[in-house]
Amino acid sequence: MQIAELKNVAAQVRRDIVTAVYSAQSGHPGGSLSCADVLTALYFEIMNVDPKNPKDPARDRFVLSKGHATPALYSVLAERGFFPVEELTTFRKLGSRLQGHPNMETLPGIDMSTGSLGQGISAAVGMAIAGKLDNASYRVYSVLGDGELQEGLVWEAAMAAAHYKLDNLCAIVDNNGLQIDGPNDKVMKVNPIDEKFKAFGWNVLKADGHDMESVVNALNEAKTLTNGKPTVIVASTVKGKGVSFMENNAGWHGKAPNREQAEAALKELGGKL
Amino acid sequence: MADKIATRDSFAKALVELGAENPNVIAMNADLSASTKTADFEKAYPERFINAGIAECNMLAMAAGMAHCGKTVFASSFCMFASGRAFEIIRNSIAHTNANVKLCASHGGLAVGEDGATHQSVEDVAIMRDIPNMVVLSPADDVSARKLIKACAAFEGPAYVRLGRAAAPVVYPEDMEFTIGKAVTVKEGNDVTIISTGCMLETCMKAAEQLAAEGIKARVLDMHTIKPIDADAIVAAAKETKGIVTVEDHSVIGGLGSAVAEVLCTQQPAKMQMVGIKDTYGESGKPDELYEKYGLTVKDVVAAAKAL
Repeated sequence: MQIAELKNVAAQVRRDIVTAVYSAQSGHPGGSLSCADVLTALYFEIMNVDPKNPKDPARDRFVLSKGHATPALYSVLAERGFFPVEELTTFRKLGSRLQGHPNMETLPGIDMSTGSLGQGISAAVGMAIAGKLDNASYRVYSVLGDGELQEGLVWEAAMAAAHYKLDNLCAIVDNNGLQIDGPNDKVMKVNPIDEKFKAFGWNVLKADGHDMESVVNALNEAKTLTNGKPTVIVASTVKGKGVSFMENNAGWHGKAPNREQAEAALKELGGKL
Repeated sequence: MADKIATRDSFAKALVELGAENPNVIAMNADLSASTKTADFEKAYPERFINAGIAECNMLAMAAGMAHCGKTVFASSFCMFASGRAFEIIRNSIAHTNANVKLCASHGGLAVGEDGATHQSVEDVAIMRDIPNMVVLSPADDVSARKLIKACAAFEGPAYVRLGRAAAPVVYPEDMEFTIGKAVTVKEGNDVTIISTGCMLETCMKAAEQLAAEGIKARVLDMHTIKPIDADAIVAAAKETKGIVTVEDHSVIGGLGSAVAEVLCTQQPAKMQMVGIKDTYGESGKPDELYEKYGLTVKDVVAAAKAL
């Protein structure tokens, strides 16, 4: 897909995120908006997936390790055709397939249930090991939050990924610098992220997480790195990206907009309620 | 005298056989492959043996990922670290997703001995039993352990198998069949019922012999499956005998005793005694010394049966 088209999809994904979280009156808009471009690039350009055959054993896998950003994942999956876009308004409601955090048991297209931080990347490492054992051609992608890097399990997984030479694994850190309690640097310093992954034996790439060309280039470059090392892309992002009053504001980590705010947000994103 | 074989060795044997039968069987360990005996599998199928290093949480989340890519994963560690440290990973990444991961954990209970309280898991059955989708097994001897581990491989979904460190007498004939969720009546009797799980079966059988010498005919059940528990066998025992004694090398809170009590109080109220660890930690010592001090001996079972 052309970069311009990917940008259009990402814009629609952002509108979907706001609509879903507004409908639920619950959820995590900030970290969803920050990874919207990365997820769009993955599902519309990079990954080999088929909405008509979501369990295809040969498909690329995706694990949203920062599972709370599921409004972004649901929106991308819906726009890609895994389920009807109208279903986004059932998000977080009783009986919905769109659980508060991704649930592989209920919704087609979810490769791993996540939500408890740190576990997703570890499961993704297991998937990549299975792929190596089977000499399978699929690749495994996982998006992590930067705050999530405070979980020790992430580094157990990082160690194992290098040890088992998983060059079929690509992690993307959604580096928006904020977590619920405030800036990462204030809550628990995670920087330097690149140096940490390098020390754990990973290839490290950087990208502007809101420049579609930069994101696609980094993801394509990661595919070419078959040097026996896993690759991480540290994507610089802005929490709440696209909605001015949500941008760089930790208060929008896990809060839904009211009607007025949703209308304002959608207007900025070129849509309406 | 029957042979004595530790159920962790039975696990090793069954696992190697499963490896031969199914190329999708994977064995995982967290730097305890000599102790939990997965080293035998490593020798036979080195490419299908994944050591996670000393990282039980990562082992089990990776196990979930592998299972969801078509693998049947047998992961192993000590009961303490498998069920305790990794509880939330087991709950969220394995059981909630119905991942085909069989967690075969050794070194359950006070029988661990000299390593002391930090390694003596007396809570693991309670922890695992509480997780939806989880099957919990606690086999008594070599034959039942091997057959139940094979039975685990035959269904899709999570299971926790509690294995012993110490050698246990072989009770069952090789051709005996075991069904998950179906208790074995090891000894018939209609005066009292003794329900054993795991390595306590020998103790329970000896207690039944002593009771028999005093004219009390004890029924002995081997509750190798703690979840799903065999409610029919428990209800029958409650109707047909004077009361039930549960015997486990585990806390009386949340383990076999609790599971049996849950059935009794809702379906067939009956008198009951629980022999097990009384809400306390263990300590270093020889297994026999610990069983004596913490009340898990033949005389404790006999006294409990008489107290019904």
